Amino acid sequence: MTFLSALANRGERVAAHRPWPRIAVNASTWRQAVLGIAAGEATLLGLWSDGEAVHLALHAEEAPEVLVISLPCPERRFPSVAATHPPALRLERTIRDLYGLEPEGSPDTRRWLDHGRWGVRQPLGAHEAAPPTGDPYAFHAATGPPLHQIPVGPVHAGIIEPGHFRFTCNGEAVVRLEERLGYVHKGVDGLMRDAPLEKAAKLAGRVSGDSTVAYAMAFARAVESALGLEPPPRAIFLRALMAELERLANHFGDIGAICNDASFSLIHAHCGILREHVLRVADASFGHRLMMDCVVPGGTAVDLAQASAPGLPTLVRTIRRRFPELIELYDRTASLQNRTITTGILTRELARQYGAGGFVGRASGRAFDARKQPGYAPYDDLRFDMPIRQEGDVDARVWVRVNEVAQSLALIEQILDRLPAGAIRTDIGRATGGDSVEGLALVEGFRGDVLAWVRLAPDGRIARCHLRDPSWFQWPLLEAAIEGNIVADFPLCNKSFNCSYSGHDL
Amino acid sequence: MRKLLLESLLQAPLTEAPPSRDDAALAELAASLERASRRRLGRSLSIREVDAGSCNGCELEIHALNNAFYDLERFGLKFVASPRHADVLLVTGPVTKNMREALERTWAATPDPKWVVAVGDCALDGGLFAGSYGVVGGVSAVVPVDLHIRGCPPSPTALLKGLLALVESAR
Repeated sequence: MTFLSALANRGERVAAHRPWPRIAVNASTWRQAVLGIAAGEATLLGLWSDGEAVHLALHAEEAPEVLVISLPCPERRFPSVAATHPPALRLERTIRDLYGLEPEGSPDTRRWLDHGRWGVRQPLGAHEAAPPTGDPYAFHAATGPPLHQIPVGPVHAGIIEPGHFRFTCNGEAVVRLEERLGYVHKGVDGLMRDAPLEKAAKLAGRVSGDSTVAYAMAFARAVESALGLEPPPRAIFLRALMAELERLANHFGDIGAICNDASFSLIHAHCGILREHVLRVADASFGHRLMMDCVVPGGTAVDLAQASAPGLPTLVRTIRRRFPELIELYDRTASLQNRTITTGILTRELARQYGAGGFVGRASGRAFDARKQPGYAPYDDLRFDMPIRQEGDVDARVWVRVNEVAQSLALIEQILDRLPAGAIRTDIGRATGGDSVEGLALVEGFRGDVLAWVRLAPDGRIARCHLRDPSWFQWPLLEAAIEGNIVADFPLCNKSFNCSYSGHDL
Repeated sequence: MRKLLLESLLQAPLTEAPPSRDDAALAELAASLERASRRRLGRSLSIREVDAGSCNGCELEIHALNNAFYDLERFGLKFVASPRHADVLLVTGPVTKNMREALERTWAATPDPKWVVAVGDCALDGGLFAGSYGVVGGVSAVVPVDLHIRGCPPSPTALLKGLLALVESAR
């Protein structure tokens, strides 16, 4: 019996949760599950609250591949997960900030998303008024005569999102980096409460704009699972087409930006052109450059524009012609390789422990791609490889993405070849059939696996919704990867991770 | 590398003709620009981008302004790293409560004369995020705004139109 199936037998199954089981457990089973995660028997997929209970999503390679365990918290407390398994730390601090549920025995009691600016504490729990004067934040100490600190942010020098980085350095070498995030916290979990489905779908598509298709798809799949309905086959293929275009656009943008952070602007300029080509084809095909609001619960909001039909094969050809020469240039430029190779190494062990998704995990030997496992339509029907590297440095993260470009192009060709005719949207109706129903989905965005969990009220509105960005498990690893590198290489390391601020801050 | 550079020299430029300026934006600006400041700045403006809470969608399209198709710098507009070097703050997002002070301080650090351009539907009034405990609202709730560029996110062309109107009236 596998760890997850044994665990599934130790609690009461919640009937309305699909497609994977959710079970209600007691504190002792909760602790056992956490010990199992810490021992590597399962990977932590998510940790969130609905105000009454805490929910822990786990993943393992054997069926049931995903399991959610829930611990009711009538006393407003739960045994800390992070005390045993550190990757849960920021998620747990967030639950405490938003809902006021206390993680007992937590190794870090500082507030995380709550900076003392909201005018309220526990906004989704007790909702107690508090002066919005701002809290002091005690960064971890690193002391000694040669050490100095460099504070950076929240407003950064480039056109990027806000966050604070506190570097402690010994000369040029970074001894410790500590991140402070939460600056772009918009209260998405709160806005989702009681939201009509259309508004909720739009919100989901704006959790992290660069992954709008992945988020909209994760949200739509979770809603469809909850309601037990399937979108039409054409919509399933169109969604994958959009998802691969989004992946291409982001990979080009970031590969170029990484080279730019090593002061090699030629590749940046050319990657910018390729990215623009992708966005223009997306615009011509689906009516929006980033394809926002194109994926909706029940299917897609738009069909592939007939007039744009030749645009997609032309795009694939253009990229196949132009991209290899850029990569050859990357591979042959010693001054560039000098910056990326052996810089910002993320160890295999940390990538596994944190369940690092996307290219961050795959560049450090973690063979996980939600399109493969647990997998979802239409990818289970399409041929593609999962590029893996073992080195874990900036160069490996670049190469995983370079190789993923080729896979996405092959996927786009297969999708166009096999695109079914027919409807693009199933009517999802307005009601759940008198009960509240729940759904969970895992979708591979360009950055990694996006988790979406929804509970629909009987009237079809959102009762609760939680969206977990892959960045939750990647941001802490950046702190580890930068250690011992020089300050000047931080932009390079940071860009090679490209974690989402907005997706994390919610 | 030589081949790539040579090809780029021989090819026709990708850069496209500028869009016509946005007349509505021009009207909005006319009130906020004084003749003296126009003379001082000429046609060149330095822009400091500030994400005050956006989902990063607007940032992606602002980035695109620097690519070969839009080539923002040909208009004398360029992005700078510090508000102290800036004439224009390009602000995105519903302003979150956690970013309010940072935005105020960035604005205070920008020397006069200065203009604030609010980018995106969220920057107008908080957009989809309006009413949340974590959100102040639009940019104008925190700093004075001279021009709004609508869109979710606005396309690079829409951004160019708005910024060209700004240069035009700052002449």
